Amino acid sequence: MSDTTLDGPVLAADGTPLKRSLARALRRQKLRALMLIAPLLIFILVTFIMPVADMLFRSVENGIVEDTLPRTVVALADWDADSGELPSEAVFAAMAADLKDAAEAKTHTKVGSRLNYENPGISSLFRKTGRRAKKFDIEADGPWKEQLIDINDGWGEREVWRTIQTYSPTYTAGYYLNAVDMQVGTDGAEMRPEDERIYMLLLKRTLWMSLLITFSCILLGYPVAWILANLPMRQANLLMILVLLPFWTSLLVRTSAWKILLQQQGVINDILVWIGLVADDNRLVMINNQFGTIVAMTHILLPFMILPMYSVMQTIPPSYLRAAKSLGATDWTAFWRVYFPQTVPGIGAGSILVFILAIGYYITPALVGGTTGTFISNRIAFHISTSLNWGLAAALGAILLAVVLALYWAYDKIVGIDNVKLG
Amino acid sequence: MADAASNDGFVVFDRVQKSYDGVNLVVKDLNLSIAQGEFLTMLGPSGSGKTTCLMMLAGFETATHGDIRLDGRPINNIPPHKRGIGMVFQNYALFPHMTVAENLAFPLEVRKLGKSEREAKVKRALEMVQMGEFGGRRPAQLSGGQQQRIALARALVFEPELVLMDEPLGALDKQLREHMQFEITRLAHELGITTVYVTHDQTEALTMSDNVAVFDDGRIQQLAPPAQLYEKPENSFVAQFIGENNTLEGVVTELNGDTCVVRLDDGEELDATPVNVSKVGERTKVSIRPERVEFNKDRLHADAHLLKAEVMEFIYMGDVFRTRLRVAGNDEFIIKSRNAPDQVRLEPGSQIEIGWLPQDCRALDA
Amino acid sequence: MKLTKTLLATTALAATSGAALADGHMANELTLVSWGGAYQASQVKAYVEPYLAMNPGVTVVWDESSAEATAKMRAMNEAGNVTWDLVDAVASDAMRMCDEGLIEELDHDADLAAAPDGTSASDDFGDLLVSDCFVPQIVYSTTFGYRTDMVGDTPPTSICAIFDLDAYPGKRSLQKRPIDNMEWALYCDGVAKDEIYDVLGTDEGVDRALAKLGTIKDQVVWWTAGAETPQLLADGEVVFGSTFNGRLFSAIAEQGQPIGMLWDMQSFDLDGWVLPAGLPEDRKARAMDFLKFATDTQRLADQAAYISYGPARASSAPLVGKHAELGIDMAPHMPTDPANSGNVHVYDYEWWADNRDDLDAKFQAWLAK
Repeated sequence: MSDTTLDGPVLAADGTPLKRSLARALRRQKLRALMLIAPLLIFILVTFIMPVADMLFRSVENGIVEDTLPRTVVALADWDADSGELPSEAVFAAMAADLKDAAEAKTHTKVGSRLNYENPGISSLFRKTGRRAKKFDIEADGPWKEQLIDINDGWGEREVWRTIQTYSPTYTAGYYLNAVDMQVGTDGAEMRPEDERIYMLLLKRTLWMSLLITFSCILLGYPVAWILANLPMRQANLLMILVLLPFWTSLLVRTSAWKILLQQQGVINDILVWIGLVADDNRLVMINNQFGTIVAMTHILLPFMILPMYSVMQTIPPSYLRAAKSLGATDWTAFWRVYFPQTVPGIGAGSILVFILAIGYYITPALVGGTTGTFISNRIAFHISTSLNWGLAAALGAILLAVVLALYWAYDKIVGIDNVKLG
Repeated sequence: MADAASNDGFVVFDRVQKSYDGVNLVVKDLNLSIAQGEFLTMLGPSGSGKTTCLMMLAGFETATHGDIRLDGRPINNIPPHKRGIGMVFQNYALFPHMTVAENLAFPLEVRKLGKSEREAKVKRALEMVQMGEFGGRRPAQLSGGQQQRIALARALVFEPELVLMDEPLGALDKQLREHMQFEITRLAHELGITTVYVTHDQTEALTMSDNVAVFDDGRIQQLAPPAQLYEKPENSFVAQFIGENNTLEGVVTELNGDTCVVRLDDGEELDATPVNVSKVGERTKVSIRPERVEFNKDRLHADAHLLKAEVMEFIYMGDVFRTRLRVAGNDEFIIKSRNAPDQVRLEPGSQIEIGWLPQDCRALDA
Repeated sequence: MKLTKTLLATTALAATSGAALADGHMANELTLVSWGGAYQASQVKAYVEPYLAMNPGVTVVWDESSAEATAKMRAMNEAGNVTWDLVDAVASDAMRMCDEGLIEELDHDADLAAAPDGTSASDDFGDLLVSDCFVPQIVYSTTFGYRTDMVGDTPPTSICAIFDLDAYPGKRSLQKRPIDNMEWALYCDGVAKDEIYDVLGTDEGVDRALAKLGTIKDQVVWWTAGAETPQLLADGEVVFGSTFNGRLFSAIAEQGQPIGMLWDMQSFDLDGWVLPAGLPEDRKARAMDFLKFATDTQRLADQAAYISYGPARASSAPLVGKHAELGIDMAPHMPTDPANSGNVHVYDYEWWADNRDDLDAKFQAWLAK
């Protein structure tokens, strides 16, 4: 048997080379393993990877202009927007022909809505012109320049044509520029006017407030987790139910409860007035601002901090603290030098959870955030459900995703991601 | 030594009681004095109160009643970190986020020693346990035995006068354990430190200690050097707990000074040394070590009482033979004989007679 | 007499519906999308239950998604699987969906019932047909309520009391969007009613409106859900608050809260049905059949017995009666009642459709600062 190793490939009992038969056996195992995880893989692919990819695609996709106005896009390519002249008759004729087709297909208002994000007024320009466009006779009528301008003055504005030209490519960076408070101006990208800048402010605020929320969760959650980890099983379970209780009530109910507590005629103010700490005509403003948002969100996210900390603390035997004390450490030194460093992985896991959840929250900030406590997610939700500017929503979402990934990377560099333990 | 605690001991437990729930006493009226430089082992089954005593000494539990004194000073109200007692824990309790050297430097740091002094002491301590190379490693990168040495070094590095060890060898395999037993006693004697060692392993207790305190039911049953504990157990618990032991029950029929005659329940009689019996007619348990039972009549006193026995089983164990007998209705009577060229191998089924020297058979409490 | 005539007319109508059903071309399940709450309840009582009574085989499924109707419609449209048959939406949403091609254009005269006196549907609805895709049901208004016990002896009569912190100190709640608030601000800054949109169309006009709002910004609680203002008023958190008039009606009439109505410059808005584009024939036929029934003169008048929103048909107004449970006369509580509509703000859908995104960005940037 052993001499085959000298002469040639090792053979299995049935004569096939051992390597091949091993590979076949392994392949079957891998295939089986793959089949077992296939449901999850498919689930993740369909519900997570594909939507994220779709979002990234939407944030740059701009095919609608080219698809709806193919002739115009071609004809407009040569026009110099800074020439001070309107586009030529050929462009107007191409637009008339495109509009006629689009009106018949009922897509003219769609492209109007798209371009309206960039230049207010284009929506109604397309809608109104579209009503007439069905009756256009491209061959017989004309000249189209006069005709279109006659139907609506908007066609005589160079800015309208510039917008169409700027947004004719299939892909656009416009949504991203908008998402960082910039726009495509006459000389390329430029900052938006002061009174329209909002997203960078909101992004910074979202990150800052999420940090504060994470920090207050650590501050409040740490002692609770410690008590949980050190109580006898029965009491610990009871306390754990109390910690998890917020999970079982609806988010709206919890948020509304904070309103009742924190508002100016609310329970806390009433008590403060009653014990004389606060004058009745000078009640504290604790809701509809950042404070209210931080309080309500800390409450909601606290379990996500407590649970990982608790499960890490549970694995730390009490003998470490005893050992430290026997070696001469005071209670504080024993805690700070011996116990606390071992709980850092739990704090890290909890912080990542809470921070990422906080960044994406929008219901609570919308209800109790007032004007200074709104998050960038509120604007994303607004663009998804109200303005229907999904491209901008996608760009904002992609930026948020990038920021989270960057922070995650930084965390990995500074603390080390293998230093994160969920239990 | 076992009863009244003398006041000149280095460590003194003076009528110490401990209760956790206010109903049951875990430690009942404990008196114990440990001399400077002594290696004392607290031995007992789990729940006997030995670990509680150790924890009270370390300061992690407070005595419900009574005084604990260290070097003449009551320490009941001194917090653990001010007691200056070194301690080795069952699971070593090495801090996993620190290197070995950092672990060792920790007690020096909290005592605010200078950096160079710290390093020198850490180095010396590591060399003392033959772990000089391992200062930069994390505890998780060490084997159990290595961790054990580091834990020992950490407990000794700040040069305490008293070291407590709570079943420190429990997690090691047999060979390593025996080696470490030797290491620990060597270090303890070399450094001249007082050691209180808790274990439930009687071999460990016998091989390592100057004195052993056998705990049961919250009390010290016997406090004695190992040989005395083995040879002269003072009650049947100690006799049973330490080493292998044969027990027969009966009634004292004669009591004359330092010997007595006990009649077993089947009517046979034997010779014994009275220990816990005071009068004729008292019931007693007699205890005989297996290796002290003799079946060769030539080696016994001519007028010694003999018992009939039937050989049930013969086990060859290499250095010794182990024979199981039925004696006075007891099937589990064991005798051990040395494997010598002239040694008889008893055949199962054969009837023999056995006896012993009266001083080897102790009549204890029933 | 007129009532009997109407009843006869509707019975005839019901007969035709029944005949259509017999053809077997209509689906038997109807998915309706509405707002939930008291409003949806009024729809159930006024025409869904009667319709089901006439068409025993039909079942209705409700989806309370009107607040996100546009986004969900677009998502369903993109996925090619529209599960809704008829959607209740506000006019501005309807226009947006119409622009996006998400809903069907309708022929109002052919698809809807004429008034009992023979007036065509398009004449009966009149100006309220703001989009080809939209069938209005009700006229509601966004208007102010005030705490009667917090305004002293001089209850406000003009909308501009909102901006008068000296006479009416305390917080006010406004909707967190530019629509209405910008117009009210300009109006109270002295702009004539018919020039509001011309002014608002300029950058200076926007600045002017925001500056006016800025005078009370510190005292404003911004709301996003219609239920917030009644609650804030009930808790005494605010002196004034804007919300939908029906919400204020129920706080006053049903809950007896100390709240007064400030009808001045109330902002009329419309709510109605839209039909998703591209439905299969049988479902579309069922939806159209229901639509015709649910928007006839009597049904719209009936709805007013359950909620204080004005019927969108001119012919329904005389038929508005008493509240179904409270028994109070509903007419005085309608935003369209002459006593209430002396000075109204008519909000320009077309203008907002063009400028909403732009103004919203500016408004939000202003809010965040």
